[in-house]
Amino acid sequence: MSENLSGLDTFPKLLLHHARVRGGLPAMREKHLGIWQTWTWRQFADEARALACGLAGAGFKRGDHLAIVGDNRPRLYAAMCAAQCLGGIPVPMYQDAAAAEMAFPVENAGIAYAVAEDQEQVDKLLEILPCCPALKHIYYDNARGMRHYTQPQLAAYDKLIEEGRASLRHALAFLESEIAKGSGSDTAAMFFTSGTTGNPKGVVLTHHALIDRAIAAAEMEGLGDHDVVLAYLPPAWIGQNIFSYAQPLVTGYCICCPESAETVMTDMREIGPTYYFAPPRVLEALLTQVSIRIEDLWWGGRRSYDFFMEVANRAGGPLLDGKPVSFTDRLQYFLGELFVYGPLRNVLGMSRVRVAYTAGEAIGPDLFRFYRSIGINLKQLYGSTETSVFVCIQPNGQVKADTVGPAVKGVELKFTPQRELLIRSPGLFKEYYKNPQATIEAKDAEGWFHTGDAGYVGEDGHLRIIDRVKDVGKLADSTLFAPKYLENKLKFFPYVNEAVMFGDGRDRVCAFVNIDAEAVGNWAEKKNLSYSGYTDLAARDEVYALVRECIEKVNADLALEPELANSQIHRFLILHKLLDADDGELTRTRKVRRGAIGEKYCELVDALYDGRESVHIEAEVKYEDGRTGTLSADLKVRDVKTYSAAQVKKAA
Amino acid sequence: MSAAARLVGEVVLSVEHVSLSFGGVKALQGISFDVREHEVRAIIGPNGAGKSSMLNVINGVYHPQQGTIRLRGREFHDMDSHEAAEMGIARTFQNIALFKGMSVLDNIMTGRNLKMRCNFLQQALWLGAAKREEMEHRRAVEEVIDFLEIQHIRKTPVGRLPYGLQKRVELARALAAEPTLLLLDEPMSGMNLEEKRDMCRFILDVNDHFGTTIVLIEHDMGVVMDISDRVVVLDYGKKIGDGTPDEIRANQGVIDAYLGVAH
Repeated sequence: MSENLSGLDTFPKLLLHHARVRGGLPAMREKHLGIWQTWTWRQFADEARALACGLAGAGFKRGDHLAIVGDNRPRLYAAMCAAQCLGGIPVPMYQDAAAAEMAFPVENAGIAYAVAEDQEQVDKLLEILPCCPALKHIYYDNARGMRHYTQPQLAAYDKLIEEGRASLRHALAFLESEIAKGSGSDTAAMFFTSGTTGNPKGVVLTHHALIDRAIAAAEMEGLGDHDVVLAYLPPAWIGQNIFSYAQPLVTGYCICCPESAETVMTDMREIGPTYYFAPPRVLEALLTQVSIRIEDLWWGGRRSYDFFMEVANRAGGPLLDGKPVSFTDRLQYFLGELFVYGPLRNVLGMSRVRVAYTAGEAIGPDLFRFYRSIGINLKQLYGSTETSVFVCIQPNGQVKADTVGPAVKGVELKFTPQRELLIRSPGLFKEYYKNPQATIEAKDAEGWFHTGDAGYVGEDGHLRIIDRVKDVGKLADSTLFAPKYLENKLKFFPYVNEAVMFGDGRDRVCAFVNIDAEAVGNWAEKKNLSYSGYTDLAARDEVYALVRECIEKVNADLALEPELANSQIHRFLILHKLLDADDGELTRTRKVRRGAIGEKYCELVDALYDGRESVHIEAEVKYEDGRTGTLSADLKVRDVKTYSAAQVKKAA
Repeated sequence: MSAAARLVGEVVLSVEHVSLSFGGVKALQGISFDVREHEVRAIIGPNGAGKSSMLNVINGVYHPQQGTIRLRGREFHDMDSHEAAEMGIARTFQNIALFKGMSVLDNIMTGRNLKMRCNFLQQALWLGAAKREEMEHRRAVEEVIDFLEIQHIRKTPVGRLPYGLQKRVELARALAAEPTLLLLDEPMSGMNLEEKRDMCRFILDVNDHFGTTIVLIEHDMGVVMDISDRVVVLDYGKKIGDGTPDEIRANQGVIDAYLGVAH
């Protein structure tokens, strides 16, 4: 980051700058028919310009919104930029959202233009047409299966860009004046937040906010056009969008789009990104896969893996932080690097990773330590859609499992008496779209954004987040009840996929558990347990015993923390189905919606507290194609041992 | 998409009075039916009705004792399977016949075998022509992979794949031969609901996108009635019904064969 970007206050201006300065370098890569195809910055700029002309020809003008529905595809990113060229506002939308969920944003923003990836997305947009009459133009990228569609709203992306190319010559002056007209204070994009309650809110972000934050983080990490990123998370999530659109346009690095969601692991190995971003659940899934494969090794391999992981646990973190490490540890770590860590990083596709971030939710300390110990510079950051992501980042050498780092340059933090975190930063959002009430509630007159997160800044200047302010509760005996903290502790066990804790205002803590089908399935296979599917597996007594062991370990841990000793888990049950965003149990970013789950399964919650041994449940499930069905099952409820601090100490 | 939306053309294959027996077992007795261009034609019937035998006759694996098969106007009494392949017929098998130890990619590549023109020496020495040809075939294979959405298993040995995916790979191999007539022997046997739905979608997509004529044998009545344009019903080697799914549903003879009748 040594380039002079002054005067380049919008993304289209930045794009043209890169096309001039590093026109021949790769801007994007996409795997097509098994081969990585490269778009240079010049091609990217040409595509965006032609597309902008096409859109202008179709009547798209300054201030219009353009919905972008699909996975990470270069052409969809080009469409984002094309809209911005004309002073329009791209609105990326989740590609796995059901049609009904798309209706609100499209209607709310009065969207008339949309670019959709393929038939699946087009179908959803067509489905919501009756309630969104303003939607007049839908362009599709992938023409497969589209031959028989005759709706007047539809047109191919190819056709749009062809028209744009044809008119580019005489429209060039117009286009350049449109780009020049843009200024940093214009709206750059709108992101709808998943919203744990009520309708989603459209977060309006300006060019200035996004560019300022992207630069601040890029300067801190020394990002440049030699870096490579794999874009594999939903582009409608700001966490992906900032890494695959805002930051590359600021630094000139290259983003790579995987072939499909299933090929991410392979693509990652082939690309070898240098800059990597993953929410904890992705890191967790990767670790689970590694653990399973290690368990399948012959005993010698397993033993040496265990040995070297212990060495890594001791020496890896300090070595990465540049702290002193004893000579024998250094030597052992060197051997481990040769035989275990290096090959492991290679398998994960992380051999070249210089900087890796995790964010979105709290990460289990052991999980965090695992990646750092094998030499991956994984760091935590804190941010949200409203803050253009970057609020806090852990600087190199100051990485701790329980913090999210100090404030990034330009950010001010303060706290309310209820421990709620307030933020003031150049990256703050302008407003919630058409929702002044919510805007005033979230952003006060002095420009402080109320995050809703409870936390504090430690003596080291690092921010620590405990939980959502509204979620931190109290047990009947007024002990602190931090559900997320407990859930995270339990979720670190590979057998537990998801956990939901109840206890606010009650006399003790009880839990719902989702087992990890892959890990428990593998375990069951080893034990010669046969099962027909998730529901059957989840109901086995052996599996209950397995989960109980995990919970008892959590309880033993909790017993040692005086403030939380009373929030040990007393009873649990294993749910008959995986929690799913389609059933309204998780948000689209896969956070548990504790309240919604509690209401939906109130019978089960009652069973947890009234001492019953089993409970019958009949629940409605929504299939991916939108149909609904019912699922019924008898669930067992089991007690768990709790400990006192003295017991645990004695056992140790 | 209804059958009417597709362009169903002239008769491409007609089977006339075909009889086949193995010793005393009469597998097929005087069967006649035709298949039109671009249609999805199903052959159904209870176990042992002679469905697979029928497919094997069309495909040239079995040679019928009586009757003729007319493919695009050309008449055959007995066809060799490689002749059938050259005439644009490809097929999949009831009990998957893939090379278990080879990768998905290599398996599908074998479907291109008939289209390879370079000789052994050129291939062995990797001469320009052989290289160009390999690239061209690889591209065709990749297009099939993309079409059937199996990119993620491209390099996985077939033996390690679950059954449903193996079936899809087999379809991919048949498609790689760019057939004009595709024979599917129970493409959905042993699949769960979701896999069946995917398979239906792929079969209809193939039919729609490439205009391939499809003849399929299937047990799942729901599937057959949903995706086929016309249905032939066999029972004990005899044809007992022929018509659109609606006609077949109303056909008393078919209902009796499936549900049994009181004697």
